[in-house]
Amino acid sequence: MMQKIYDWVDERMDITPLWRDIADHEVPEHVNPAHHFSAFVYCFGGLTFFVTVIQILSGMFLTMYYVPDIENAWKSVYYLQSEVASGQIVRGMHHWGASVVIVMLFLHTLRVFFQGAYKKPRELNWIVGVLLFFVMLGLGFTGYLLPWDNKAYFATQVGLQIAETTPFIGDSVKILLSGDADIVGAQTLTRFFAIHVFFLPAALFGLMAVHFIMIRKQGISGPL
Amino acid sequence: MHKGKGMKFVGDSRIKADRQPNIPKDYSEYPGRTEAFWPNFLLKEWLVGAVFLVGFLVMTLAEPAPLEKMADPTDTTYIPLPDWYFLFLYQFLKYEFAGGNYVLIGAIVAPGLAFGALLLAPFLDKGSQRRPVKRPITTGIMLLAITSVIWLTYESVAEVDWETRTEQNKPVLQPEVEIDKESDGYAVFNKSCVSCHGDNLQGGVGPTLIGVDYSVEEIKKIAVEGTGDMPSGQFKGSDEELQQLAEFIVSVNEQADE
Repeated sequence: MMQKIYDWVDERMDITPLWRDIADHEVPEHVNPAHHFSAFVYCFGGLTFFVTVIQILSGMFLTMYYVPDIENAWKSVYYLQSEVASGQIVRGMHHWGASVVIVMLFLHTLRVFFQGAYKKPRELNWIVGVLLFFVMLGLGFTGYLLPWDNKAYFATQVGLQIAETTPFIGDSVKILLSGDADIVGAQTLTRFFAIHVFFLPAALFGLMAVHFIMIRKQGISGPL
Repeated sequence: MHKGKGMKFVGDSRIKADRQPNIPKDYSEYPGRTEAFWPNFLLKEWLVGAVFLVGFLVMTLAEPAPLEKMADPTDTTYIPLPDWYFLFLYQFLKYEFAGGNYVLIGAIVAPGLAFGALLLAPFLDKGSQRRPVKRPITTGIMLLAITSVIWLTYESVAEVDWETRTEQNKPVLQPEVEIDKESDGYAVFNKSCVSCHGDNLQGGVGPTLIGVDYSVEEIKKIAVEGTGDMPSGQFKGSDEELQQLAEFIVSVNEQADE
């Protein structure tokens, strides 16, 4: 039955190459920890992706309760943390995941760097990877404000002051992010929420797609 | 590639009608014991992922995500700290050569150069050698960068007293109370207590008086004798006023308990 449905769709859509490209390739010996334990360093990239998936899923559930408004943001987080079943766990996953993803990203970057895997022909993939790192830091910075507690508020204030020191565009950048030249307030929270939930994830997905297509095209770099 | 005459398509689409076996190309570039990604290798990755997930969930359960007091923009004593992975930048800006008059260097030039170099690493390190020891300059710069980031991060938090910090910033849900500012009790409060405890009992120099668990007698005693950091003799007025004040504070707290 399933085979028939598959064939029916495949005849019209030719879906076989789509998943074959993803599934059917050989994994070389030098990246396989089953053959060389030291090859565990090749896991960091995959684990980064895994934590990113955790972040997306837990974040989606958090938005079911979170209210991006200065009166209610903190209260909604407090409610989530103290009243909602498993709310503490889901928020915990998102909070700790944000740190773990940076750690994994850092380790993955170092692996690629010290192995010189960014060299020809993989220069473009390295650049996309560093851009992904920046997007992830941006997600960390914007997400930090959302609980609207003291540490969030004052850290964001400092962060925006630093952004303001940029020559020429500093003031505009600050106003773009915070919605006002001086106040970190209601506008800042909604803007950070929009950036955290819509703008940066969109950039993240696009860059991740490019990152993965490139690695499938070029294959993993050879052994040292 | 098969082109032109004799090609058959599904309907008027561009999908070929003659099915061809989709056999993957050989991964013969690196000879050795290769393994099929699907399903063999993916199964192992799955196991690594499962172990990782268990560890991650254990961590999540052991330590709930922190939440401090609701943001209070008027709090002038709060010392801001960014998330841990920004701490090195935060610490860097504290140095004389990177902060104050030279903040442009600390905030823009130095991080810009460092991250710009990271972004353009493939074009700065163009040699064909891949082994770290064969490209000592690149490796050296990176090791130096990592060491300084770790050291700056350490420096930024070495002085922080985490326990006091957490203690002072415990999340409290402020109960919503309506304060009758026309009452006699409030009039007394307005005379003796408002300067430290705020005009809505929200606190200021002194703590908030909403959500305190004291009886009328205890409040009378504290108002006269003080407690903790509160000095004695703060209350000035008659015994009758003292009674009114204590009853007023208790009534607000009874309202808050509901």
